[in-house]
Amino acid sequence: MSGTLILRPATSAELVDLVGQAAADASPLELFAGCSKHSVANPDREVQPVDLGAFTGVVDYEPSELVMTVRPATPLAEVEALLGQNGQMLAFEPWDAGMLWGNTGKSTIGGVIAAGISGPRRLSAGGARDHLLGFHAVSGRGEGFKAGGKVVKNVTGYDLSKLIAGSWGQLAIMTELSLKVLPAPRSSMTVLVERLSAEAAVRAMSAAMGSRMSPAAAAHVPARGSDRSRTCFRIEGFAESVAERARQLAVLLEGYGSASELDAESSLSFWRDVREAGTLQTAEALWRAHLSPAAAAKLAYALSDAGAEWIMDWAGAALWIGASSETDVRSLVAAHGGHAMLMRAPEALRSTTPIRHPEAPAVAALSARVRQAFDPAGVLDPRRFC
Amino acid sequence: MMSLVMPPVREDVIARRLQIAEALRRIVPDGVVCNETELKAYESDGLTAYRQPPLVVVLPQTTEQVSQVMAWCHGEGLNVVPRGAGTSLSGGALPLADGVLLGLSRMNRIVEIDYLDRVAVVQPGVTNLGVTRAVEGEGFYYAPDPSSQIACTIGGNIAENSGGVHCLKYGLTTNNVLGVEMVLADGEIVRLGGRGLDPAGLDLLGVVVGSEGLLGVVTEVTVRILPTPETARAILLGFPETRRAGDCVAAIIAEGIIPAGMEMMDKPATLAAEAFVHAGYPLDVEALLIVEVDGPPIECDILLARIAEIAASHGATTSRISQDEEERLRFWAGRKAAFPAVGRLAPDYYCMDGTIPRKRLSEVLDRMAGLSEHYGLGVANVFHAGDGNLHPLILYDANQPGQLEKAEAFGADILRMCVEVGGVLTGEHGVGVEKRDLMPVMFDEVDLAHQQRIKCAFDPELKLNPGKVFPQLHRCAELGRMHIHHGALPHPDLPRF
Repeated sequence: MSGTLILRPATSAELVDLVGQAAADASPLELFAGCSKHSVANPDREVQPVDLGAFTGVVDYEPSELVMTVRPATPLAEVEALLGQNGQMLAFEPWDAGMLWGNTGKSTIGGVIAAGISGPRRLSAGGARDHLLGFHAVSGRGEGFKAGGKVVKNVTGYDLSKLIAGSWGQLAIMTELSLKVLPAPRSSMTVLVERLSAEAAVRAMSAAMGSRMSPAAAAHVPARGSDRSRTCFRIEGFAESVAERARQLAVLLEGYGSASELDAESSLSFWRDVREAGTLQTAEALWRAHLSPAAAAKLAYALSDAGAEWIMDWAGAALWIGASSETDVRSLVAAHGGHAMLMRAPEALRSTTPIRHPEAPAVAALSARVRQAFDPAGVLDPRRFC
Repeated sequence: MMSLVMPPVREDVIARRLQIAEALRRIVPDGVVCNETELKAYESDGLTAYRQPPLVVVLPQTTEQVSQVMAWCHGEGLNVVPRGAGTSLSGGALPLADGVLLGLSRMNRIVEIDYLDRVAVVQPGVTNLGVTRAVEGEGFYYAPDPSSQIACTIGGNIAENSGGVHCLKYGLTTNNVLGVEMVLADGEIVRLGGRGLDPAGLDLLGVVVGSEGLLGVVTEVTVRILPTPETARAILLGFPETRRAGDCVAAIIAEGIIPAGMEMMDKPATLAAEAFVHAGYPLDVEALLIVEVDGPPIECDILLARIAEIAASHGATTSRISQDEEERLRFWAGRKAAFPAVGRLAPDYYCMDGTIPRKRLSEVLDRMAGLSEHYGLGVANVFHAGDGNLHPLILYDANQPGQLEKAEAFGADILRMCVEVGGVLTGEHGVGVEKRDLMPVMFDEVDLAHQQRIKCAFDPELKLNPGKVFPQLHRCAELGRMHIHHGALPHPDLPRF
């Protein structure tokens, strides 16, 4: 972002004024802290960069209350380190999405929540949206407001936290977040079955997730070159329970193939690849698709036929898809009842293809009215995904 | 309760009652109620202190009928109040004298169960327990379990974002719903979410769950179902001081244990429950704790042993692990009967629902004892200890002049205290009409205006369930105005680089 004048508000009051001024000038803003997801956007738009880097630091953290209140520009790594010291975690397994752009180490907690970035454990523990309890923010109206609370159980008023998580900053700019945190598992084990087809993998993952072995995560990486396909199940908890459930899971999976335990190092790298798109990171266009797991195998075959590569997470409910710019991935995903977001692509593709999947007309109209309610002057980067 | 101000009643609408019923009958021929005796059955929900028979009741059976009813009412400018089973404890389904009550109880079909996707698709009138009944044969269940689960419906659960004793581990309704079909105020049908996990755009489903029937009428729900835990066991713990029980709860969580349920009762609640169901509770303790763990037997064994150790180190004077299912259920019997048990201590009780940071529990209970003395009304407490959700039960006698008003004032003081110590007005019962006028204790005008603009995006005419949740109904045009700064930047010293 060199060469552009960057605004850097130091306080919420300054941010309120800045947004109010932008509304008066009809000048759209691009808000960032770590700037790790800067390129998940249409490059063809005029925006005034605003650095939220001043909004940093942990405000309050009491491990036994299972709540952490933090400012948005606090590095994700710092949040996770502090939680780790107390044997806790963000259960939705956020990760540094800057990875996709070769821009690592800059991810912030605000960015992760605003973009709804969740990892493999989202399947069992919920996503970013399930862990945001409340927030303070400045809306596109240039008004500071708060919503939700700082306790884990709260139904007072509309649940705006769900709406703000994953809204990519297009409704309001968070200045403080209260997050639900949970004890980190004391132990973890990955059960591997090799050589499954996509269809068998989806059935195996469904059987495992529907079993009392309660895997925390289930993912499938297809065969590539001389590498066999791998279907993995992560079991977490207290050591004795993990060992017993892993044993029972191997029995449950006997009909699919012989199960083995993945060693700790391979396990880390497998889940990192699944989380961060692994080998697909170098594909020309990288898509993230969401759909009914029952449709995942058919989509996977259709993608392979079209020359695209994929990795299946969340027991089939999410796919990373790597393809050439010319492959019409979005239509293939839509034909299987899903939707796809363009996470990384050359500028030419990003300036001609909507980054987020177009919604059904009635839902799109409703979403537009909600955005209008929070940002009537269109200052919160309204053309980012157009 | 007499102090509750509802939106002004339109007498012209009441005068048209019969024509309105006739028009609705053309849409739902066998599902319109408009004679006074029958309307009386709908006059309140679970918060029976508030009563108001509706203008007319319509009971559609299909999404198409709901859509037509909403479109017709929208065209006529009529208020509509949606209702599930009517078990709300906050008056969320309280009818309006000039409003159509839209009952979803006849939309009670299980539409589809998909074990590959591990979801159940159901109509809104299916009961919470009905979902579990439909899938338990295959070893599954629906996790949120509000205490009214035999009667309350999934549609109502969506409206209230219902919880239950297991929600610390398994989440509230919002964490277990994947999609809805919904009819908007003008009759338009939309689908939000689906069977995948993340939405394509804004998470509108997230804001619909818990919106107390103000944003739309849910006509179909997709929920995720989970495998039934292999075993569940409980430990009963008694403490000589509330503070030690609270510290014990914190220590269990610090140990990395998230129990399936963790319930606390104070002495009055414990005594009442024991007298009522003879659960075998110790009578000499200030705080009673029931901790339940579930999962594989080996996990339950390990966790219970660890919890027992922690409890001992916190001075527990009673510590009993359930040896069989019968004993586990006996531990729970007293807790589950706590409300009716406390109800035997006085002619009436008023159930409150605040959440507090757990570390403030002792202080909150001490101050509550002071308030109890001040108002001259007894109080017993049950507490979802894992998540800090407190249910004080205020004892009163509605037949004694002034006692109802005193109970309400006592309750409001408790909720203000919950907010003051860093908590919230309602953990799971909803705002409804009951806590509507307390909303400014927690949210200022700007906060509330941002919430209400969501309402305007979904229902710009404010015809769906008006008079609930928001203390003041601002017209949407008024909320839409924006005060824009002109001239120079107010902070010319803003760093720029």
